[in-house]
Formats: sequence, C-alpha cells, structure tokens
Amino acid sequence: MAVSKKKGGHASLQGKKPSNSAKVKQQPYTRNPGHITNKLKRSEMYGKYLLAKKAQKRASRIAREKQAEALGEDAPAKPKPRTLDNTRESEVTTVKEDDEEIIADEAEDEFAPYFSDEIRPKILLTTRPCPSAELFHFIADLMRFIPQMYYYPRKSYSVKEICTFGSNRRFTHVIVLSEKSKVCNGMLISHLRPSTAANGLGGPTAFFKLSNYIPSTDVPNNGSATNHVPELNLHGFTTRLGHRAGRFLGSLFPHNAQFQGRQVATFHNQRDFIFVRHHRYIFEEGKDTSKETKEKKTKARLQELGPRFTIKMRWLQEGTFDTQFGEYEWFHKRKEMDTTRRKFHL
Amino acid sequence: MQHDEMIWQVINHQFCSYKSTMAKSKGANRDKKQFCKHPYSTTGLCNRSSCPLANSKYATVREENGRIHLYIKTVERAHSPKNLWEKIYLSRNYTKALAQLDEHLAFFPKAQIHRNKQRLTKIHQYLLRMRKLKLREINGRKAKLTRVHRKVEQREERREKKALVAAKIESNIEKELVERLAKGTYGDIYNFPEKTEEMEQEEESEDELDTDEEESEDEDGMMEYVEDLDEEAESDLEDFEMDESSGNVWGDDESSSGDEDSDSDDDSSSEDSGSDDGSSESGHDKKAKSKPDKKKKGKPQPPRRRGPRIEIEYENEEENDGVAESVGDAGLAW
Repeated sequence: MAVSKKKGGHASLQGKKPSNSAKVKQQPYTRNPGHITNKLKRSEMYGKYLLAKKAQKRASRIAREKQAEALGEDAPAKPKPRTLDNTRESEVTTVKEDDEEIIADEAEDEFAPYFSDEIRPKILLTTRPCPSAELFHFIADLMRFIPQMYYYPRKSYSVKEICTFGSNRRFTHVIVLSEKSKVCNGMLISHLRPSTAANGLGGPTAFFKLSNYIPSTDVPNNGSATNHVPELNLHGFTTRLGHRAGRFLGSLFPHNAQFQGRQVATFHNQRDFIFVRHHRYIFEEGKDTSKETKEKKTKARLQELGPRFTIKMRWLQEGTFDTQFGEYEWFHKRKEMDTTRRKFHL
Repeated sequence: MQHDEMIWQVINHQFCSYKSTMAKSKGANRDKKQFCKHPYSTTGLCNRSSCPLANSKYATVREENGRIHLYIKTVERAHSPKNLWEKIYLSRNYTKALAQLDEHLAFFPKAQIHRNKQRLTKIHQYLLRMRKLKLREINGRKAKLTRVHRKVEQREERREKKALVAAKIESNIEKELVERLAKGTYGDIYNFPEKTEEMEQEEESEDELDTDEEESEDEDGMMEYVEDLDEEAESDLEDFEMDESSGNVWGDDESSSGDEDSDSDDDSSSEDSGSDDGSSESGHDKKAKSKPDKKKKGKPQPPRRRGPRIEIEYENEEENDGVAESVGDAGLAW
C-alpha cells in the first residue's frame, strides 16, 4: 500500500487517471455519510467519518491540554460531563441549608421527637396475607437491620385493624410488606404515634415500591451485623418532599447511635431511587497527606453487612392508612409529573 | 304419558341437546366424559339416575337471586311443560330448609335426597361467602388490586441501574463518615489528628466558656454530681485521696483549663479499667473511656467529671436516656 501510494495516489485511481499527488487533497469527512445511497460506499465513508471524528476529538483535547499547560493556574476549568443530576430540572421547593422557616417546620413535625431522641421507635412488621416462605428471609434481614422491630403474622386482619392494634400497643410505626411472585415488591410504612403536627392523630403513611432486594448472605464480602444501634446517613434528599421522606425513613431508627458498633445505615437518594445499605466502617490512615498539617489523611473503609434494597416512593398520605378517605400529601402521577427525564421529586 | 325407559334410550343412544362430551373417549371411560347441561340436573353428569328428563320422579335444589328453591317434578302435568316443575321456597335458615327438604322428599329415593341436601349445603355456603365478601367491600376492607405496568417497570429497572452507578454510594458514605469524624461526632473514640492544633485550642477555649454557662444553668447536672460523690466514697481509698488532692479543682472548677481536663480524664479512665475489672474487654474499656468525652465535645458537662471514678458507665446510660446531643447530630446530617 505504502509503495502504491507513493507511486500514484489512491489505489482506486491507479491506471485510470494520471496521478498528481500534489493536487489530490484529502477532504475532511465531516459530514455524516447517511445521504450516500450506495451501501458499499456509505459504509466505507462512514468508517472514515468515524476515524476523522476521533482524530478531531483527540486534536482538540491535545490543544486544550497545551493551552492549559501554557496558562498554568489561570487555565479554564475542565469541562464537567453533563449528567442527569447536574442538569436536573430545578424544583421550586428545593431546600436551602439555612432556611429558617423549614428548620422551624422540621423542629415541629411528626418526626422531630425521634430526631431529638425523645422517643425511640418501636415498629410492628407484618406482611400481606399468606406470605410466601421467601418473604421471611427479607423479614429476618430487616429485623437484623432495624432495631426494635417486631414481626406479627398478618392472619386475616386488615391494615386498618393492624394500625389500631399497633397504636394500642404503643407501636410507633407499622410496616406492611407486599410481594408478587415470591419477591417483595412493596413496603407500606405508617406512622402511628399521635402528634400535634398531625392534629393529635397518627400519620403520615407512605408506600414505597421495593426492588432489587439482595439478602445479607448474598452481598459480596458481607459481614454480620451486631446488635449496636447504627448511625444514620440520609443522603441526597433535597426538596421539601425529599426532606419529609428522608425524615420519615430516618424516624425508623433510634437516634442513640452506638458508635462503638461502627455501623451505619444509609438511605441514599439518587434520582428518586432511595438506595438502602448497611455498612460497618473503620477509620484508617490513608496514603495521601494533607497540605496543611503534613499528616496522612484519615479515610474510612467499609464492609457491607446487608441487606441491600432500593425503594421508590409512590405516595405519601396524611394520617394512618386509609385508602378510602385519606388525603394524599403527594401521589406520584407518572403522566403528569414525569414530563421529562430530568425531573426528580425527592 | 311418560315412558322413562324410552326417553333414556333416546337420550343415551340417539340425541340429547343437553348432553355435552368433553373429548372423544373410548372404551370403559366413555360414560364418564359425558356431562349434562340441563339446569335442573343435580349432578351435572349424564347417566340414568341423574337425568332430569328420563326420571319421572325428580327433585332439585336451585338458587335464584340469593333465594333457594326446591323444584319437584310432577309427572301428572307432563303434558304442559310450563307447569311441570313445582317450585317450593326454602327457608333462609339452614336447619329449617333441611327439614323442609325431608318433608317434601319423604318418598324419594335416598340418593336423591342426599344429593339435594349436599346441593343445599353448597349453595348456603357460597351465599354466605358472597355476603361476607360484599360486606368487606362495603367496609373498605377489600384489597385493591393495582395494575403492574410492565413497560414502566422495565424502564424504572433500567433507570435504577443507572442511578445506582451515578450514586457512588460507598464513596459518598466514606466521605460523610470522614466528615463526621472531623466534626467530632464520634468524640474521643478515635485518635486521629484531623484538625490543626490551633483549631483544637480554639475549640477548647470555647468549651471552657460553655462549661461556665452550663454550670449556672444546668442544675440537674449538679444533682448528679452529688450522687456520684457518694458512690465514689465507697470506692478505693487511693482514688478518694486523689479526689481530694484535686479537690480544689473541684471547688473552683471554672478556672481550670481544658487541657487538664483531657489529661485527667485519660488517667482516670485507665485507672478505672484497671481497678474496676481486670478482665473487662477492650471494647468495653473503649466505651467507658470514650462516652464522657464525646459528651464534652457535643455539649460540655460540669467539670466534676474530671475526678477519677468507677461508675462511669452507669452515669453514661442515664445521660443517654435523657438527651443525646451528639447522636442527634449524626442523625440529622443530610
């Protein structure tokens, strides 16, 4: 090929035209060759087009790097890749950190006594009627995960009956698990304890879609959880609704974390999916050194204890469970609310 | 006139519009696969004894709109099919209905009576069940079935996968934990030089100021202090002497500096573990040591803590039961 090129330009031109390499100029293949009707030619040109694109990208990157090197510290910052998270549609109710009104509101809401550790939660756990045997693995995992949780068989009671039973026995929350095809697919959480924020009644109640449950035993490199009360890590709840959901979930845990247990329960909200994880951590000296103190930075190392699952809120209702007359604070209406992919509610 | 045998011959060997055959059956099973669709049939099977057409003595129990009737065939009226069947209302009461059956079917074959009683029982039970279900629905206790949108589910599954990748959960947790460590949520459980010395000094001076305020405000703390002293009086003499040696510090504690605080704390705790229980676990010690110090960082306590003491843990739990400030901190982090 190299020889022929030297001799007479492109192979296809050999023997057909007098070759004049000086005048033959490579056209940059900047246009997508979709308009070419000949399939063979189109695919050939498409290959070239891709190569040209790649080369151009590389050239621009090198140029940028050179420029950055030349400018030193004044160089423009590296362009950040666009993700769904940083191009998210702005929500009106996004909570600023020092919003006094919201801080005051949250100090008076139903979950404030849990967060100030005045009350410790006591949770009644039950299932749909006739649960499958598979569900009990999840129940066992949940009971190891959340302290002060008591399982009661559902029998033939309605959720309303269970709620009154629970509040008579001074339970603070009721959790009802639902399942389909022997896989847990939903979780109804109802707050029972009457509070002034809810006009002396119980509430709120929320339903979460549950997915991707991985039992503790199936988590890679899993450890076994101890009985210590884990600390709580709520991450990524930004809007008003998100804060409410996060506080609701946070109220399931007692807030007297036993730090010597080194366990952390995480509710990580990402694009309205709330990832629930349970870890044990340890602090170590890392390899990097900090600039100021010249000492090695401390870093945390994690071991997952399990279980793992993801929840997604479907609705939030005032008061204890009542699908007939209950008022919904929020209901996920897919067609009205999910107008774009960049819209998130929590 | 009715000729039962002749009718049955026709039905069996020629044609009956109520007869239905499940599948082509051969040999001995032939009869078992034939069914009767006549509404007055008691068994639904096509055979001589349960055929409502070929029996001049026949009775059946049927349910219509929630009421149960007994139908008895009267052969004398065979010439007017409209009036062929005598319809008798049965009582809603099950036992009364059974008695009625016995009365009306007194001279019927045993098998038919038995069959009709079985039908009566079955109908009663399903009516009961129907009422129960309806009541459940009225009371709002019926489970509401919701549709599963397969396409949406699949889409959400995909998005969840992508969200999981974007979440970087582990690194975020690690970051959060290190932040908490730097903030002092864990108190003195860990000994990592996270802050510069200047920062620490500033904090301590702040602590000191805080203790002053605490002292004047918090009378409950003072009460506890007295109790503890009593307990400690029972303990080792050495300890007690030590207490006295630092007694002046106890008296005018406000003037003491934070540095001394921490030092004496460490000493005391190590002594405690020694004198208290030699065989105690290391984790146990850690707990005893760390807890009070953690308190100090969150919301400082009266300085009587400095003295050596044994019952540290007990006191801790009491305090914890009340209000745990630093813990609350941890929970509130978003």
